Amino acid sequence: MNSLIPLLVAAPLAGAALLLLGGRYLDRLGHWLGTLAAALSFVLGVLLFSDMLGRPTGQRAVHQHLFSWIPVNGFRADVSFQLDQLSVTFVLLITGVGTLIHLYSVGYMAHDERRRRFFGYLNLFLAAMLLLVLADNYLLLYVGWEGVGLASYLLIGFWQHKPSAATAAKKAFIVNRVGDMGLSIAIMLMFTEFGSFAFGPVLGGARQASEGKLTAIALLLLLAACGKSAQVPLQSWLGDAMEGPTPVSALIHAATMVTAGVYLITRSGAIFNLAPDAQTAVVVVGTVTLLFGAIVGCAKDDIKKALAGSTMSQIGYMVLAAGLGPIGYAFAIMHLVTHGFFKAGLFLGAGSVMHGMDDEVNMRHYGGLRKYMPITFVTFGLGYLAIIGFPGLSGFFSKDKIIEAAFAKGGTEGWILGLCALVGAAVTAFYMTRVMLLTFFGEKRWQPSARTGEEPHPHESPATMTLPMILLAFGSVFAGGLFALNSSFLHWLEPVTGHSEGDSPLQPLTVTLLTTVCMLAGVGLAYLMYGRSPVPVTAPVGSPLTRAARRDLLQDDFNHAVLVRPGAGLTASLVYLDSKAVDGLVNGLAATIGGISGRLRRIQTGFARSYALSMFGGALLLAATTLLMRSV
Amino acid sequence: MSYLLTATCAVPAAGAVLTAALPAGSSEARRRASKGVALAVSAATLALTGAVAASLDTGGARYQLTESHTWIRSFGIDFSLGADGIGAVLALLTAVLVPIVMLASWHDADPVRNPDGTFENVRRTQGFFALVLAVEAMVLVSFLATDIFVFYVFFEAMLIPMYFLIGGFGDRAGGPDSAAQRSYAAVKFLLYNLLGGLVMLAAVIGLYVLAQDQGLATFDLPTLTGAIADGKLVIDPTAEKLLFLGFFFAFAVKAPLWPLHTWLPNAMGESTAGTAVLITAVVDKVGTFAMLRFCLGLFPDASRTFGPYILVLSLIGIVYGALLAVGQKDIKRLVAYASISHFGFIIMGIFAFTSQGQSGATLYMVNHGISTAAWMLVAGFLISRRGSRLIADFGGVQKVAPVLAGTFLIGGLATLSLPGLAPFVSEFLVLVGTFAKYPVAGIIATFGIVLAALYALLLYQRTMTGPVKAGVEGMADLRLREVLVVAPLVALTLFLGVYPKPLTDLVNPAVNATLSQIHQTDPAPAHPVAATTGGEHE
Amino acid sequence: MNPVNYLYLAALLFTIGASGVLIRRNAIVLFMCVELMLNASNLALVTFSRMHGNLDGQVIAFFTMVVAAAEVVVGLAIIVSIFRTRHSASVDDSNLMKL
Repeated sequence: MNSLIPLLVAAPLAGAALLLLGGRYLDRLGHWLGTLAAALSFVLGVLLFSDMLGRPTGQRAVHQHLFSWIPVNGFRADVSFQLDQLSVTFVLLITGVGTLIHLYSVGYMAHDERRRRFFGYLNLFLAAMLLLVLADNYLLLYVGWEGVGLASYLLIGFWQHKPSAATAAKKAFIVNRVGDMGLSIAIMLMFTEFGSFAFGPVLGGARQASEGKLTAIALLLLLAACGKSAQVPLQSWLGDAMEGPTPVSALIHAATMVTAGVYLITRSGAIFNLAPDAQTAVVVVGTVTLLFGAIVGCAKDDIKKALAGSTMSQIGYMVLAAGLGPIGYAFAIMHLVTHGFFKAGLFLGAGSVMHGMDDEVNMRHYGGLRKYMPITFVTFGLGYLAIIGFPGLSGFFSKDKIIEAAFAKGGTEGWILGLCALVGAAVTAFYMTRVMLLTFFGEKRWQPSARTGEEPHPHESPATMTLPMILLAFGSVFAGGLFALNSSFLHWLEPVTGHSEGDSPLQPLTVTLLTTVCMLAGVGLAYLMYGRSPVPVTAPVGSPLTRAARRDLLQDDFNHAVLVRPGAGLTASLVYLDSKAVDGLVNGLAATIGGISGRLRRIQTGFARSYALSMFGGALLLAATTLLMRSV
Repeated sequence: MSYLLTATCAVPAAGAVLTAALPAGSSEARRRASKGVALAVSAATLALTGAVAASLDTGGARYQLTESHTWIRSFGIDFSLGADGIGAVLALLTAVLVPIVMLASWHDADPVRNPDGTFENVRRTQGFFALVLAVEAMVLVSFLATDIFVFYVFFEAMLIPMYFLIGGFGDRAGGPDSAAQRSYAAVKFLLYNLLGGLVMLAAVIGLYVLAQDQGLATFDLPTLTGAIADGKLVIDPTAEKLLFLGFFFAFAVKAPLWPLHTWLPNAMGESTAGTAVLITAVVDKVGTFAMLRFCLGLFPDASRTFGPYILVLSLIGIVYGALLAVGQKDIKRLVAYASISHFGFIIMGIFAFTSQGQSGATLYMVNHGISTAAWMLVAGFLISRRGSRLIADFGGVQKVAPVLAGTFLIGGLATLSLPGLAPFVSEFLVLVGTFAKYPVAGIIATFGIVLAALYALLLYQRTMTGPVKAGVEGMADLRLREVLVVAPLVALTLFLGVYPKPLTDLVNPAVNATLSQIHQTDPAPAHPVAATTGGEHE
Repeated sequence: MNPVNYLYLAALLFTIGASGVLIRRNAIVLFMCVELMLNASNLALVTFSRMHGNLDGQVIAFFTMVVAAAEVVVGLAIIVSIFRTRHSASVDDSNLMKL
């Protein structure tokens, strides 16, 4: 059974290779081939999962060694896989949601002439993401980590003819590279500390290392997580990444890839648990991001960018939970899975709306769509209820648990974190209600499309698109309840992540009530602002905070002023210096020698007799010197 | 005594003579004949080099397949050859790249047609291909020589064909003063390297004189290194430092190490893409290779003394080269500066004195050769289509020539060391090897990977994406010949990224031998953990 | 007779030849002066041979004669061909050695 593990990665990888190298012959069938590869991977995942369920808790984690990758004396990097409760959870999420989104893309990309290549990239992404979660050592994880970055780069920039898409793709890759730097230095540090970077030795031996070293490793891992999961201060790429096709936003920039940071922190729990300072940093990053993302989400008029802000914020919740240590790991992953369902569903819904509205993304140009797109409306609505934490739906269970865990951290810290998380819940409810109201309610504010010049004729999307949305809506509704039932999810993950209860100053019921009240307050406020009066088609100027939030709280301006422009100045001045100073020195030397030889050349007159004279002179001189030396 | 190594070096040399001697003519058939002969010879060389690599016994002696022929008896100079893992791997790289370069430059050296239909300079084609073969022969001797004098002679002699390749064959994309630029570049290349070579000659003679005084009148490398290791040959520390610097200077010019790098952008910018690949992927590798083989083995104490300083220079080179690459406006100069950054990594790996660093550096030489060849040759195809080297003249190429754009992207991704591609393996080994001894240097060098992403992706974005620019529309996609050029390079990049073990198996023993020559061992991990779960396997 | 006297004669002849090379312009005369110098050194070599009682000097003198003969052949040919093209045998008229 274990030998099936490599096939999980191989199936989509083979799909990608076939689709990217296959040429035009595969244009007609390529999308189904890609979907098939994803589905095959999912089936394999389910098989392995059921196999794992059949084994007692202690024997659930399995290893599969494939081959020795880079052996240099003490440095041993292997291609080998580890399938345990944590990774199988991810495998099911990735392949499950992945397959649905492949299916959705069949309809969504139907009119794109490069559809085959799109599916090739999607398959490549699946392979890399599966490698990331299945690797049994950090270096192989790093391969998957950069692999998903590459797939993300290719897919964000899929419409390369748009300069904005190409720029966004490059930005995403480079910002991610900053994070990757953290991961690669962390691996080097592990190697010098433990002589290995496989999970077993590193996590098992963490106790022997000094706290300072562990804190360093943990902070570097956090840097990596910040890059991949769009956490402050490396979050700026996620909003721009919405330039990619919507299925990409759903799969990569909502459900799976951006949560890789949470996976990394949870996987490295043994290190973080021993480095309290690093854990504090994780918690701070998570809390700041969850508020940051929520505020940005409130101000955006672009439906995808509003959802991107929300993604950032929700991942902030997960990072916060992961930073809490064993109190929170399981809940972080639980929220990650439920978020995967409802956020993917929301993005697919947004894609469906855009599909019907001639690729319009400005929510102020929507309105009243519920009558025209009933299925989209219902599925989006269920996703909406799930994300705001409406009692009984997925988000309610998972988010509530995180807020509870934040309070359970104890002390002043616990209060601050808990309250921030509560505020975040209220803001989440506010911006999501805003999205819902602007899109599906109110009167029509449709504008003539820039492309065709006609007013759009919204229509429900084809079955290949609605089916995945319906299935994801099921997940959004029931997954949370299922996981929370008898704390089944918690017990499932406990052997990997460990669990402790913490001591909460509040009763669980009190937290639940508070969360619900905050949520209702957010919904109510949004209704007052957007539900009762007509929404202007062009955005009002707004308060300074709104304006700043529209510009991602000036993050890009900051980066531009502090990094990009000085960097450009530096390279320009270095280019100048290289030709003037470094090269100039050499050229100056050459010119000096040239000048001297120019003068010396005058002695050579070309008359044979003058040469003869100098020869005689020289000979005389030599003879005289010899005689003199001898006499002395 | 087997004659395999001599044959490996002699075949391309004979091929060069043969190609040059073929009857010249303006007809297509005549030209094709000379190109065909040259290509066949390079293929035969590849087969021989493959045989060399395959017949190495990884558990055997340091130098294998050794042979020795008396050359100048009175000075103890023998034409002796021997292959170790490092030399064999690099010889293989050379032999793989030469036929590819030839195929890529198939029409670059065709004679110029005058307006009246006659051809100017009909011997051009043969000249180009004969010179390439000559370079190959000399580089192979350099990689396989175990006699210092023989190495020196060929190290220097390869400047001559390179000079003519740079000065005589441009890429027809330069401005009106391109001929002047080209001859400037060629002279600069020659002067820099000649200067380095002369300093080295002084050091070579100095070493011989010192050895002769102690009864070892020989240039044989294994004998000398053995004597130094056993204490039979004692060199005064000051003299050792001077001799080390003499050798190192020549190699640092060739490699090139910052601040001796400025000839490279000129030479690579002005020559054809094929020549540029020969320079950066093959000829420059002799410099870094020689550091590993000669500097470390002959002067262990001086190497340790100067190691940290060289490390600093290489670190500057890494960051400096990358920053300059970001600021370039010319595609080929950008690739050249990227190479300077990469050479910084190679030299850093060598002078980190760890097995990971040095194995990584050797793999880096190979992987950089392959990946830069792919990147540069595709860039050459691009430039020849547009007739311009300026980045600003391109835009939206992926729309009209998707395969070309795709391979260019792969070349760029390899340059930025994407995991899964070959350069990642070597770059990570160099970084981890350096970090183990010099953590700060390792961390600073890691910044290089961000900068590499910046220049590689900026170049791709500016040339390939966005709306189709005027002058780019109607650009043809890769032809069959060009696909044949790029496909093996891409395949190798992928294969060596996933399964580099064949190379590491060859290189590791040689690296361990080098490390023991300089009395260095890998630092032990602070808290070694017996691999119980992750490392061992069911 | 004291062999040293031959050396004086050789020195005298050499000086005459050298001054001739430096002063005269006509290529033919110049050429004869060169011959004079060669023969002066031949004389000196033979003298040394006699003085030291071995044959080395005489052997070298033979070499010199051969060189001189070769030089006459090549040199005269050059002078004649220069005279044909330039109608002058003055060495100052041609300064083609200048860069």
